[in-house]
Amino acid sequence: MSYRLGVDIGGTFTDVVLEGPEGLTSTKVLTTYAAPEDAIIDGLQQVCAKAGIDAGQISQIIHGTTLATNALIERRGAKTALITTEGFRDVIEMRTESRFEQYDLNLTLPEPLLPRQSRFTVAGRIDAKGQELVPMDRAGVAAVVAQIAKAGYESVAVGLIHSYLNDTHEQMVRDVLAEMLPGAMVSLSSEVSPQMRECERFNTVCANAYIKPLMKSYLGRLKGRMAEVGAGCPIFLMHSGGGIISLESAAEFPVRLVESGPAGGAVFAATLAQRFGLNKVLSFDMGGTTAKICLIRDQQPKTARVFEVARTYRFKKGSGMPISIPVIDMVEIGAGGGSLAHVDAMRQIRVGPESAGSEPGPACYGRGGANPAVTDADLVLGKLDPDNFAGGSIRLDDAASATALVQVIGQALDMDADTAAFGLAEVVDENMANAARVHAVENGEDLADYTMIAFGGAAPLHAGRLCEKLGVKRLLVPEGAGVGSAIGFLRAPFSFEANRSVYMKLSDFDAGRVKTLLAELAEEATGFVRSCDADAPIGREYKAYMRYTGQGWEIPIDLTEVQAKAPDAATFQRLFEADYTALFGRPVAGLDVEITVWAVNAATPKVIVSQVDDFSMAGTAKVGSSRNLFDPALGKRMNASVVLRGDMAGATIAGPAVVTEDETTIVVPASRMARGWPDGTIELITQEGQA
Amino acid sequence: MSNVANQVMWNRLISIVEEQAQALVRTAFSTSVREAGDLSAGVYDVRGQMLAQAVTGTPGHVNAMADAVAHFMRRIGVDTMAEGDVYITNDPWEGTGHLHDITVVTPSFHKGQMVGFFACTAHIVDIGGRGFGADAASVYEEGLYLPIMRLMDRGTVDETLIRIIRGNVREPDQLVGDIYALATCNEIGHRRLVEMMEEFTLDDLEGIGGFILENSHRATVERIAALPPAQAEGWMRIDGFDAPIDLHVQLALEDERVVCTFDGTSGIDKKGINVPLVYTKAYACYALKCAIAPEIPNNAASLAPFEISAPEGSILNAVHPAPVALRHVIGHMVPDTVYDALDKILPGVVPAEGAGTLCNFQVSLRPRTDGVAAPDAVRSEVLTFNSGGSGARPSLDGMSATAFPSGVMTMPIEATEHAGPVIIWRKELRPDSGGAGQYRGGLGQFMEVGAQEGHEFDLQAMFDRVDYPARGRQGGATGAPTTIARSDGGAMRGKGKQFVPHGARVMLAFPGGAGYGAVAERDPALVKRDLARGYITADAARDDYGLSEAEISAVTDAVAKGEWT
Repeated sequence: MSYRLGVDIGGTFTDVVLEGPEGLTSTKVLTTYAAPEDAIIDGLQQVCAKAGIDAGQISQIIHGTTLATNALIERRGAKTALITTEGFRDVIEMRTESRFEQYDLNLTLPEPLLPRQSRFTVAGRIDAKGQELVPMDRAGVAAVVAQIAKAGYESVAVGLIHSYLNDTHEQMVRDVLAEMLPGAMVSLSSEVSPQMRECERFNTVCANAYIKPLMKSYLGRLKGRMAEVGAGCPIFLMHSGGGIISLESAAEFPVRLVESGPAGGAVFAATLAQRFGLNKVLSFDMGGTTAKICLIRDQQPKTARVFEVARTYRFKKGSGMPISIPVIDMVEIGAGGGSLAHVDAMRQIRVGPESAGSEPGPACYGRGGANPAVTDADLVLGKLDPDNFAGGSIRLDDAASATALVQVIGQALDMDADTAAFGLAEVVDENMANAARVHAVENGEDLADYTMIAFGGAAPLHAGRLCEKLGVKRLLVPEGAGVGSAIGFLRAPFSFEANRSVYMKLSDFDAGRVKTLLAELAEEATGFVRSCDADAPIGREYKAYMRYTGQGWEIPIDLTEVQAKAPDAATFQRLFEADYTALFGRPVAGLDVEITVWAVNAATPKVIVSQVDDFSMAGTAKVGSSRNLFDPALGKRMNASVVLRGDMAGATIAGPAVVTEDETTIVVPASRMARGWPDGTIELITQEGQA
Repeated sequence: MSNVANQVMWNRLISIVEEQAQALVRTAFSTSVREAGDLSAGVYDVRGQMLAQAVTGTPGHVNAMADAVAHFMRRIGVDTMAEGDVYITNDPWEGTGHLHDITVVTPSFHKGQMVGFFACTAHIVDIGGRGFGADAASVYEEGLYLPIMRLMDRGTVDETLIRIIRGNVREPDQLVGDIYALATCNEIGHRRLVEMMEEFTLDDLEGIGGFILENSHRATVERIAALPPAQAEGWMRIDGFDAPIDLHVQLALEDERVVCTFDGTSGIDKKGINVPLVYTKAYACYALKCAIAPEIPNNAASLAPFEISAPEGSILNAVHPAPVALRHVIGHMVPDTVYDALDKILPGVVPAEGAGTLCNFQVSLRPRTDGVAAPDAVRSEVLTFNSGGSGARPSLDGMSATAFPSGVMTMPIEATEHAGPVIIWRKELRPDSGGAGQYRGGLGQFMEVGAQEGHEFDLQAMFDRVDYPARGRQGGATGAPTTIARSDGGAMRGKGKQFVPHGARVMLAFPGGAGYGAVAERDPALVKRDLARGYITADAARDDYGLSEAEISAVTDAVAKGEWT
């Protein structure tokens, strides 16, 4: 029988999940920063032992990692140079020329990934139509490469103006590098991210070049070590867009691995959406430091083409590094179990993004933390059992939580510990709700008819309240929520999105060119996927990003394969107007429409997940004990039933209640009732009735 | 417990106006709105007091719009306002300072009662008249004027108004598209407000409004009261159009307020660089708020303790019908002027002078007229926003090529080149342009602008600091001035529309920020870093910062060998 292994390297833990005929076996081991493959081997051996199999029986390993992200955040990449167009040496340093925080006179801008002395320019220029304005100066390139060689750079990024339209100059630079500096790794912006907007494209190629030596060496070592312990099977990587690529592609384009862990989480939620037949899902992943929120329409996580990594200033938009690659579109905010609270000048409670981490941890860990964290508020409010946190491995000190809450919040605002805890929890829940609302409006969505799927250690404690705030009527907490990302890796199809910026107005529509372009993109994307899986059928999705001429934001329009193979302007116009009207209320009459970016995603079929059938309830779940739980919507303490998750199968329990398990606790507010599905999922619905 | 609910609702209102602003960016047409973020959005109570405002591109809107709703209430008549109404204006004096800013106000009704207003403003690219520039002699020449009036009456669009607008501007589709986007964004804000009121079972905004305004007022007054009562004067001279302009400020910190006046400032200019008082107030208030109470959100109560006035008829309180299209050119210099006075009261808080005014220009391209134009040559208008260096701070270098006090973004040059047959040959940092000092001023930037083969163009220049560069503080040196020249040797000026013949380019060097503190105090490691990165040249390292030849060689050798870290 076939076994597959999912491996997620996170900031604290490396999660390993083995899936075989008997189901899932999982473990968490501490991440080993110096040699991340050590933790994987450890975890692999643990799950193999638990399942009673040999490593040699594993047929496939799917891997996601924060290593690429962390290398960018911590600036631990290779000695990297950029070769760019004369006159544009400072694009990555000048950014958008704006301040991301307007009222801070002492604002510090993020340092560019590559300092100015590592950025070199060459003559030669392509224009906005892709025509050569100034020929490439080969001798000038050779002189620059000689400087780069002398300075001993290991990796070289090449980013030239308008190269997304015409890559011949970038190719010429690569040829010279190959000739004169064969040992250096080379990344071209026209390959890594062939999209308009020089700042994003140059940043992306620099980031790719910067982490390439590190990731290439890690992936090479990993393959070798796995073979040594008998797991010589193919290794694939989860990419930021939610698909899987080969180890070789990942080593060539490691920037695509950024945020692959959270992408796995989104895929995990999408699988559950499929199992429950849900077309509108809000996935909510809350861990120790951050919360991630993602919209999943029609069982597909929303994707975007640009995102920001390594935000330097309180997760503030604009304070990071823009990267343009296909990515699952999510918001990440500094709100986790360890997020710390304080009171500001307006006597407002503020929470995060500073986190207590695991050392010293929240005050209740009793390791010297004096500031109240979200976990302290959760403990005081009765959401957590002090004697049974993380399976009883840490005894929580509720008196220490109360003291920290009173000292930091209570004294400033004249509140007792209960009220301070209530205020803290409400603020963090409101922060997350606001992030979800803004994310929804950015995508033109209304959350009222969405279902929330919650996973990650802290999410089930807060998800019920978040649903109340967002008017979301239905919440699902799946089994295995603690290792959700690694499970998600095992559910992801092999996929690759190829895209290109080519401007075209519908009034000047060139059907022949569109047909050729889409065919080329389809071939490129299909080729990538084929290199991962030699046999599977490969499906293609076509997208055109469109807008009214003069607007700055496109909306993605889905095309069928038939429409892509026989494109015509009238169809594009009709599809665009329908989607625009759905998003913004009405079309704008009489304006020309243009297409800016074309994308083709090739993928193997999604893992078919059988839908759960509805079932008859066996009655009320066995209540083990009761607990004094604060209900924020009612603003008072209530007597809450405590139920073991194992006792929930086929049973219901009315809120206020808590459903406990080793990994986490599900809080059921008074406004909700919980019921246990046969697949182990716990569902929360409003008391008034079925969702 | 109501305290907690109020805390949540305050956050919610700020989130609502952020959503409102986001909806505008998503649907707007003008590059100034969607690329550069030159817009604002806010929510108001029934008295027209601003409760929350989105943190967006430009303080000029942010604070000016705070006063706008009261004008709409007075002009339209509160009694006549109905559900489905939408109002509009571009009045420079009752809106945000020039005809190119459209302000749209929507009353918000809940359960049949008016509960508040949403307002938004956006900078649009063309409003007819002479076009965006300083050349008009009065506001009548600057474009179409829309007095405060109904755009929609109980949901019905005023088609007569739309026809008049369409008939008077160069890009009618885009302007009308932008007006619809403004109305849409208020509608999104209104929907979210009603959802909040239902969730918290509110019938009006009195309670939450009072909570926000009281807390903001108290926090602001506490910040002001913590400062020593004092008075000081400040002054700055800038280029102006044909003659230099002096800006004078008198600042008084009192118990519960800050009073700021501009007596002695130059009079109204003949050209369109005059500033309506709303815009002066906006930037003076912005400067003071950054220095005194930066974390307190903008609303009626947090802005009220800053009392700003300027003599009527001065360039900072230009009255109708003065031309005001480029009011930002002078308005952006107000913060540095205010800081000249504030530094005397609160040393060690405010930065040295910076570039101030954005380094914007508009290019009007057309087929060449001195020879045979290519058959595909076209006419096109291209606007760009760019920034010089900001002033050094008391313990930090200035920010290079970064807007201050404006907060707008630049456009990617690849996008600019798609907008018309313009070619940006250069856009990069300008070494040695930051004023020397213990903390160095931010660097300005070089730009080089030309046209595709077969085209000639006019460049509408909107630059300052050609004759009067940014001055240093505490012994810091001045920043480099603006320079502008033509590649074929033709002379150019910092302001006004100027012809550039076929084949020529405009060579621009935008100003640097000034230094802070004596250069002798600068950490030698930072001087070496600046040399290694090329922020300063070897000559400047030697002449301005006193590095020895041996030290300079050591740095350049280390860079060449890749040993510099």
